[in-house]
Amino acid sequence: MIETILISGRTIDQGATLEEKTSQAYFNAAAYCELSEGNLEVLGVSVDQNVKVATAHGTVVLPVKIDKRLSDDIVFIPMGPWANAIVDPDTCGCGMPGFKGVPATVEATTDPVLNMKDLMATYKE
Amino acid sequence: MPVIKDVVCTFCGCLCDDLEVTVEDNKITKVGKACKLGRAKTMGMFLHERIEKPMIRKNGKNSELEECSYDEAITKAAEILVAAKRPMSYGWCSTSCEAIEKAVVLAEVTGSLFDSTANVCHGPSALATQEKGAPSCSLGTAKNYADLIIFWGCNPVHAHPRHQTRYSTMAKGAFTPNGKKDKKMVVVDPRNTDTAKKADLLIQLTPGTDYVLIEALRAIVNGHADVLPDEIAGLPKAKVMELADMCKASKFGIIYFGMGITQTRGRYKSGDNVSSLLSDLTQTNKFVMIGMRGHYNVTGFGQVAAWETGFPMAIDFSRGSAYYNPGETGTNDVLMRKEVDAFITGAADPGAHFPQESVKHLYKIPAIQVDGYANPTTEFSDVVIPAAIAGVECDGTAYRMDGQPIRMKKLIETTFKTDEEILTEIIAKVHELKENGGA
Repeated sequence: MIETILISGRTIDQGATLEEKTSQAYFNAAAYCELSEGNLEVLGVSVDQNVKVATAHGTVVLPVKIDKRLSDDIVFIPMGPWANAIVDPDTCGCGMPGFKGVPATVEATTDPVLNMKDLMATYKE
Repeated sequence: MPVIKDVVCTFCGCLCDDLEVTVEDNKITKVGKACKLGRAKTMGMFLHERIEKPMIRKNGKNSELEECSYDEAITKAAEILVAAKRPMSYGWCSTSCEAIEKAVVLAEVTGSLFDSTANVCHGPSALATQEKGAPSCSLGTAKNYADLIIFWGCNPVHAHPRHQTRYSTMAKGAFTPNGKKDKKMVVVDPRNTDTAKKADLLIQLTPGTDYVLIEALRAIVNGHADVLPDEIAGLPKAKVMELADMCKASKFGIIYFGMGITQTRGRYKSGDNVSSLLSDLTQTNKFVMIGMRGHYNVTGFGQVAAWETGFPMAIDFSRGSAYYNPGETGTNDVLMRKEVDAFITGAADPGAHFPQESVKHLYKIPAIQVDGYANPTTEFSDVVIPAAIAGVECDGTAYRMDGQPIRMKKLIETTFKTDEEILTEIIAKVHELKENGGA
């Protein structure tokens, strides 16, 4: 397990598939996380293997990709339902939740990645 | 083959107005000059599925959405809003100002909370502007004058792909005729982003230390570099000094800022401090700031809401008049307090872009969605009303990120109702229900 800071944000593929969020293209564009090459070695995982990213606000399973220029202390997830499963909902009294800068742990897992509909269904009571 | 020129792109706040769209048999077959985002947006209805019919869930969240008529869906939406004690209207940022104006009216007549996607975007920038002001200019002025471009907490290569060629780094301006050669470019970001590849200076700060870095720059600019520690925001002091020197050496600097400022630690206080930094820098040279707006007309929402109610977002009509207190009346605040008992959203996707705790509450209350495409919001919506795509299937006005109004064109005919028409019909139905004593 590694300790990181979660940052979520726009990518061009996530943006280009915004209007087709039920599609495989959107899933491919938004349901993954990025780590440094060194962190993949530490975790003992290869590209596209699943990792569990956990914060104080939830956990999400995602395939991992490498961003060679990423610092070891950051995990990046494209903005969207998978990132938002674990972002900090607290607005600190100013309206804006914490979509960036959330302490997160990452560990290898064999759990599956949920598709959009299954992920959303977890919010039903 | 008919080609429509000077088409306005309706993806991001750049509102590029030079697209060339080929239309054959009422079908868009080619989009020229657009970036990947603009092409996907403009041709979307021909590339993938859309919501074809209005739909209603008749037996709660676990039942399936069933097709119905527009009249049935609009009546159901009005009934939900009239029956609610604490309704909320959210979104309305990927649509026209004309539709937003109707959304304001609907919120007022239903005593709703009323908020835009700025709640999860540049809301803190609005607060920062109210605290300290936001010295700014048009993108045209920036293109012609700016010789120092700072992208702070934003990644235009991915989020605003044509920004650099049309308005900033690569653009040839009246006083920067050689484009990039006449300009310096800085990226401030904890990630070494694709935008940073072409930067003259990358300030790769520790996540969440933006405020600290701004404060350090202010100290340097004001002649107090001696009080600063050797390491600032995870960076050697010399690196921060280098950025301050670039700022002082420029004739016209501009800070384009994004979610790296608004969504991290400090929130609006960081934006507020950017404004203070500009105030310090402007003692000797010209400096301005512009927020990199995401939804193409989120700026328009702020404009319309401000001229209609006095406030740009997070408005509460429950008292009978507009009340504004972000942090109390912002969408995510009221959802997490489980205060809202009905929800209508249009031209936005809170299901995909809200934190998990907010979405959980949306699964517990009646929800209405007005949109062209199915998305995570559809998953919990009880009423789904398909809408025409503004800027493609209907015309209207949108505001660019620098506050310039631009008229969007209608490119093709459609049988879908526009957001403006849908909202107008819901308003009429609300009046009818209220005259008859409620739902």
